[in-house]
Amino acid sequence: MTAFWSVWITVITLGSIAGCCWLLYICTKNNTGVEEGKSMGHEFDGIEELNNPLPKWWSYMFVLTIVFALGYLAFYPGLGNWQGLFGWKSAEKDIKSIAEGQERIAAYQGDVANQYQNEVAHADARFGEVFKALAYDSDGSYKAIEDLALDPEAIKVGERLYLQNCSQCHGSTGRGGKGFPNLTDGDWLYGGTGEQIKATLMYGRAGQMPGWEAVLGDDGIEQMTDYVLSLSGRKVNDVNAAKGEAQFAMCAACHGADGKGNQALGAPNLTNGIWLYGGSRKAIEETLRYGRNGVMPAWEDILGEDKIHLISAYVYQLSR
Amino acid sequence: MNQAATAATDYNYTVVRQFTVMTIVWGIVGMAVGVLIAAQLVWPALNFDTPWLTYSRLRPLHTNAVIFAFGTSALMATSLYVVQRTTQARLFGGALASFVFWGWTAIILAAAITLPLGISSSKEYAELEWPIDIAIAVVWVAYGIVFFGTLVKRKVAHIYVANWFFGAFIITVAVLHIVNSGAIPLHAGKSYSIYAGAVDAMVQWWYGHNAVGFLLTAGFLGIMYYFVPKQAGRPVYSYRLSIVHFWALVSIYIWAGPHHLHYTALPDWAQSLGMVMSLILFAPSWGGMINGIMTLSGAWHKLRYDPILRFLIVSLSFYGMSTFEGPMMSIKTVNALSHYTDWTVGHVHSGALGWVAMVSIGAVYHLIPVLFGQGRMYSISLINTHFWLSTIGVVLYIVAMWISGVMQGLMWRAVNEDGTLTYSFVESLVASKPFYIVRLIGGLFFLAGMFVMAYNTYKTIRAEKGSLQAVEQD
Repeated sequence: MTAFWSVWITVITLGSIAGCCWLLYICTKNNTGVEEGKSMGHEFDGIEELNNPLPKWWSYMFVLTIVFALGYLAFYPGLGNWQGLFGWKSAEKDIKSIAEGQERIAAYQGDVANQYQNEVAHADARFGEVFKALAYDSDGSYKAIEDLALDPEAIKVGERLYLQNCSQCHGSTGRGGKGFPNLTDGDWLYGGTGEQIKATLMYGRAGQMPGWEAVLGDDGIEQMTDYVLSLSGRKVNDVNAAKGEAQFAMCAACHGADGKGNQALGAPNLTNGIWLYGGSRKAIEETLRYGRNGVMPAWEDILGEDKIHLISAYVYQLSR
Repeated sequence: MNQAATAATDYNYTVVRQFTVMTIVWGIVGMAVGVLIAAQLVWPALNFDTPWLTYSRLRPLHTNAVIFAFGTSALMATSLYVVQRTTQARLFGGALASFVFWGWTAIILAAAITLPLGISSSKEYAELEWPIDIAIAVVWVAYGIVFFGTLVKRKVAHIYVANWFFGAFIITVAVLHIVNSGAIPLHAGKSYSIYAGAVDAMVQWWYGHNAVGFLLTAGFLGIMYYFVPKQAGRPVYSYRLSIVHFWALVSIYIWAGPHHLHYTALPDWAQSLGMVMSLILFAPSWGGMINGIMTLSGAWHKLRYDPILRFLIVSLSFYGMSTFEGPMMSIKTVNALSHYTDWTVGHVHSGALGWVAMVSIGAVYHLIPVLFGQGRMYSISLINTHFWLSTIGVVLYIVAMWISGVMQGLMWRAVNEDGTLTYSFVESLVASKPFYIVRLIGGLFFLAGMFVMAYNTYKTIRAEKGSLQAVEQD
């Protein structure tokens, strides 16, 4: 902050505290001109006020809190730009870009009392070994996820990481919800091998279904809904479905001519009765009309690869 | 001598009567909504899948109803009564006092309609949208004119300490409300704050904490400073103590807001100042409790037979407890455990039920007979029943929330040997459920007491004028 605001804050803070001290000091003495314990001589609707002294224990307590406050403000940031004798800070709060943040972190090496940074470093040092011991082979490379999925200890840790980081969307049993894929049904949008799952976790996914309202029109949407429903064996209006099928070429680009989807694009299989956004006629019509945007965040920077490796193993074995 | 002058002055009791009765009505409404949402936390199905009965909409209705309908009606009733009695002057402004009552009532009704409809600015304790905010500012200024106008034409030399507190509360709440409500309207039912990011958060909690500090603390200390000595028939313990703790309280409280934003994007310096000022606040807060309780010197025996005095004194005990708890919770390391847990909810209610509601209830029991020409309430034993219902209710409530809150804090920070969280959030919810049931029972006790009060008040008002004689007991 600018020097002006720094001085402003400091003066008002110390001024308020000094004011309290002054007030306490003058009221500790009896300057009222009335004997202690006697009435002040005012009377309001029958209420009088006595001139009793301030309780000593209370005054001491008041002073004690002020002494503590001044001490705290000497050691910690508080008075404007004064950083405090400990040089402590909770985190880097003036950073404006990720690059700047990474630069700053790389520059420290633990000699600055940045609490957040220190806690993260401490946690990485302490817990990082646990993850490494589980995720790596003796030759220093990652264990195959398919093998790791058979290690009960790795699955236990993977499950905890999953519950802490993934369950908010995918559910604590992995069954997902509307818009959040079920991880237990063996149906994979982007592939279900260990490495494919890990890639999804590491880099995230963005699934985009465009809206077709403008292209197909109301009738077209209805006909396409019939056709899409028919793909998974639902009873539909066959005349409508045939009209829908005639237009299906534009859908086939992603979902395939047979409607079985394409894992390279994350295009869902339309024939297996599994619906990410609901399988009711209304829900499918809505999907066709307005499109859908599914986002799986990228976790690489948040969790790091070791933890993701363990979570991948946990997710891998959910459907097996 | 002055007693005679008091009797002779033609006070405006109409507005006092209106606000006093509405205090009870709004108390029942606000607390009933509180009980409903407490029940929803135990049985979520109680929202009946109806949007306007969901927790998210009823919670702001509950807080607005108890703070701005119940609490503020109590403050308006008592301040407009006390300022007349202690200045020996009729209310200033004539019809303006009626405008304050009807204006405030209209605002409360507007809140009761818009909040369940989901019309909200989303700022805690300041959820009402901009047209209502403007109405609040107008009515509040009118209230200030009536109050300070009366002080100006006072017939006594000094200004009584209760009026210092009422005055500070009226001025500061006006400033807080107007600054925090600054917004750009989109349409009649939606606006966006003119502040952004951490600044918005800071302005919001500067407002939020001082709504507690000035409305719920300073204002109710005003109530305490009149009704405790009056009910006890004793002089105020220490004039000098009232000077120190008044000025220290009003000058320090205004700094305390940042303790709501520990470990957030708020700059470290602001967090530190919020914490140390909250700690310094401990002594000035306790000054009011000491002055109130010590006023009973020589009148302790009255607690044996006067349940109104019991309400007032127990309220001061809860006040002392929550103003010790508050500074403690503002310490960053304590806050790291307590923040976002039920401990905060318990702390708020030890202040809101134990202090604010109980001191108001005591004051209303003192006021009703005076305002309706009686020597006492219809039934003293029903006041006593109410006292025990309230006390048991508060204790159940805050003990349940303490245990639940500390447990939540410990569960949330527990980690396994691999650094992952031991408990998922839902596990802490399951663990809290028994305490939510206890909290609900506590709330029901408190609400039941309010119904007893309503009945007692009804019988007192309906009784023939002067038929209820005061009982002499000394």
